[in-house]
Amino acid sequence: MNWAKKTLLGMLAVCAMAPAARAQSHYGGTLKIVAASAGGTIDPQVNYTNQYWQLFVNVYDGLVTFGKASGPASNKIVPDLAVAIPTPTDGGTTYVFTLRPGINFSTGAPVTPDDVVATFERIFKVNNPNASSWYANIVGSDACLATPATCTLPKGVIADDKAGTITFHLKSPNPEFLDQLAVPFAAIVPAGTPGKDMGDTPVPGTGTYMITSYDPQKALILKRNPYFAQWSAMAQPKGYVDEIDFDFGVTDENAITAIENGEYDFEFDPAPSDRLAEISTKFPAQVHINRLLAIYYDPMNVNILPFSNKDARLAVNYALDRKAAVNIFGGKNLAIPNCQILPPGFPGYQPYCPYTLNPGTKWSAPDMVKAKMYMAKSGMAGQKVTVISDDQGVDPALGTFLASELNKLGFVATTHVLSANIQFNYIQNTNNKVQISITQWYQDYPAASDFLNVLLSCGAIHPGSDNSINIAGFCDKTYDAHVAAALKTAVTNPVAANAQWAAIDKEATNDAAWATMFTPKELDFVSKRVGDFTFSDQFHLLYDKLWVQ
Amino acid sequence: MAAAAVLVLIVLACLAAPLYATYVSQSDPFGSNLDGSITLGGQSVDIMQSTDTGFGVTPIGPTWQGQYFLGADDQGRDVAARLLYGGRNSLVIAGGATVICLFFAAVVGVVAGFSGGMIDTVLARALDVLWAFPVYLLAISLSAVLISHGLQLGPITVNADSLLIPITIIGIVYVPYVARPIRGQVLSLAQSECVLAARCLGVPRPRILFRDILPNVTTTLIVFAPLMMALNMLTEAALSFLSIGVQPPAASWGTIILDGEGLLYTRPAVAIAPGVAIMITVVCLNFLGDGVREAFDPRAKLRVKS
Repeated sequence: MNWAKKTLLGMLAVCAMAPAARAQSHYGGTLKIVAASAGGTIDPQVNYTNQYWQLFVNVYDGLVTFGKASGPASNKIVPDLAVAIPTPTDGGTTYVFTLRPGINFSTGAPVTPDDVVATFERIFKVNNPNASSWYANIVGSDACLATPATCTLPKGVIADDKAGTITFHLKSPNPEFLDQLAVPFAAIVPAGTPGKDMGDTPVPGTGTYMITSYDPQKALILKRNPYFAQWSAMAQPKGYVDEIDFDFGVTDENAITAIENGEYDFEFDPAPSDRLAEISTKFPAQVHINRLLAIYYDPMNVNILPFSNKDARLAVNYALDRKAAVNIFGGKNLAIPNCQILPPGFPGYQPYCPYTLNPGTKWSAPDMVKAKMYMAKSGMAGQKVTVISDDQGVDPALGTFLASELNKLGFVATTHVLSANIQFNYIQNTNNKVQISITQWYQDYPAASDFLNVLLSCGAIHPGSDNSINIAGFCDKTYDAHVAAALKTAVTNPVAANAQWAAIDKEATNDAAWATMFTPKELDFVSKRVGDFTFSDQFHLLYDKLWVQ
Repeated sequence: MAAAAVLVLIVLACLAAPLYATYVSQSDPFGSNLDGSITLGGQSVDIMQSTDTGFGVTPIGPTWQGQYFLGADDQGRDVAARLLYGGRNSLVIAGGATVICLFFAAVVGVVAGFSGGMIDTVLARALDVLWAFPVYLLAISLSAVLISHGLQLGPITVNADSLLIPITIIGIVYVPYVARPIRGQVLSLAQSECVLAARCLGVPRPRILFRDILPNVTTTLIVFAPLMMALNMLTEAALSFLSIGVQPPAASWGTIILDGEGLLYTRPAVAIAPGVAIMITVVCLNFLGDGVREAFDPRAKLRVKS
């Protein structure tokens, strides 16, 4: 080999190694995140907040998960603790997963099929918010829902330690079963984990990080899991930073200033609208805008006055100035006016807007003529209405705006602002007789049923419970039958099912159980030192992908 | 006198709020106006102004003219008009709470001090218990409960958005602050020579109460009135700032500060204006309280004379 060849090969080798070496140099440091308040319990099978799901995906693994990537890849299910994604048998009611060998919890204990069985029994023991919906299809779940404390699933989830497999038996085919296994609720935890909400006590996981301390008044600290060895970069990549500090008690305004000054790297709460112009002009390289598969909406209680009257609900829908609501949220670049239930880009979405000046596919302006006509027809003028909003971000302003819109229609509306810690549960409880409220819904996983079934079916109503996610209390047996048919179609033909979901979306929109305001986008403002910003449709900013040096 | 004059001006200005909103501001201070515009210097200007980057919408700042004199809040409402309407609620709540506080404090203090014995012990300990609670914690707890569902006491129903709720809560939590000194004063008066002489002469107890005790206590209550009103105004502002006082779209100076919190960096006038209004009013009330005390306190007069 002559000198020239050696030199050329040497240069090629250096070029090939450069990205790896560069990536290697980014490992280490502490990522500093901040939020106004903590997100509640850190039990992954109880907590149902974006705030902690975003963290849990770095701490826990399920049998499968959503790809840790940006764009469409983030909606694709990949094997995680399971070796591969199984093909269902027995007409779609049996799934056999083979557990990946050699994976340990952060305690050092190996993950076994028994842990998987215990995990699914624990979902019922801790009264998981979706136990009665997502996981009620597992054989034996009825007894677990009746007496959670003694839940066992001997015929529903079966471990074979020798073969290293876990077999799930479902009552009926479920097209979303894998989606429901891919969320943090189905994170595998050690078999000995108490069957109660662990509150502030960390539960061991298998992820790249582990929770080392949690004080809801102060901070949540994540450090590297010493027993973690990357098995799939798409399922659970090795995180770049050594530690993630999540501090609480800093308002959104102060957090923005702190990030500008490099004191924090990321603010979980939405940036306040009056700082958007400043950060987008002064720090454009640090601002990231991404679509959200979510909606901001105003659920109207269809079981109490005045919104038990459909004409009153239609009047609100026609009158709602969605452009003004978008402006409150931060302007046209941060939200899109929306009339329907499904957000743009979602499976089953077909643009539809009947509640606008020129009905069609897009909202253009309020139709006050129709609004006033329906209001007069309803006979609800003069009715007292209380709008319930929470006290975080733009929500109080949206509450005040909605009350103003209702007053324009002839209601006598006031706003009642509740702490964000309780508002979401408060508006769900039928005992509180909430007439109308401001809330949001972010997808749990990419399936139309996550909006149309979860939020509007009769089964999602639990009178007197704080977890009655059908906030409007809308129950229509015909609608439910259409949902059931679409779910059935989805087992064998997802494309045909999406056409059915589009029709159901129109049906729900026409029933006007709520007034959708807009689909938000997420504006993330990060510090100057942060690199490799990766935004997943499922879990938003992926903390393990960020580097800080 | 100057303090009283300023207070009168503030009250008159607040009473004139509807006139200001109709003829000067020409806007609805309780309705959102997110798509509106006004004419400034012959040009139409949006009340909510979009930025060139398309991110964020900022309300118009102070125009120093009739319309939007202090600018707009995040709903596009005229801050000056809301300031006047808010002042009405703040003054009504502070005044109403003061009346309730002084009334109950007088009843409890006089009954405890004049009755003595078991009644005094029970009432005094009850005051101690109430006193032991941090005022804001107690007020926040009561507000959080009552603001959610309103108040239902037998045939009496108070809606959750009624001003009676903050008035009652603030009035009640400060009762021990006035009742304890009143009780002490009554205990002292009950041992005074004039009361002892009246008792020796066989004057009935009710007569002693109304002729000898109450007139002396009334002076103390009058001295307390402006001071308690100042305290109540601050408490109302704090509760409203925490969203558990006056409920939107109604305004008080506390709620306007809350409205301005999110605009501190771009439109600080929204929060500063009600803050200044509270400060001026409270300072005036404190000066007035000092003046009243000096007017009624003979020892103060003696000090002035010497």
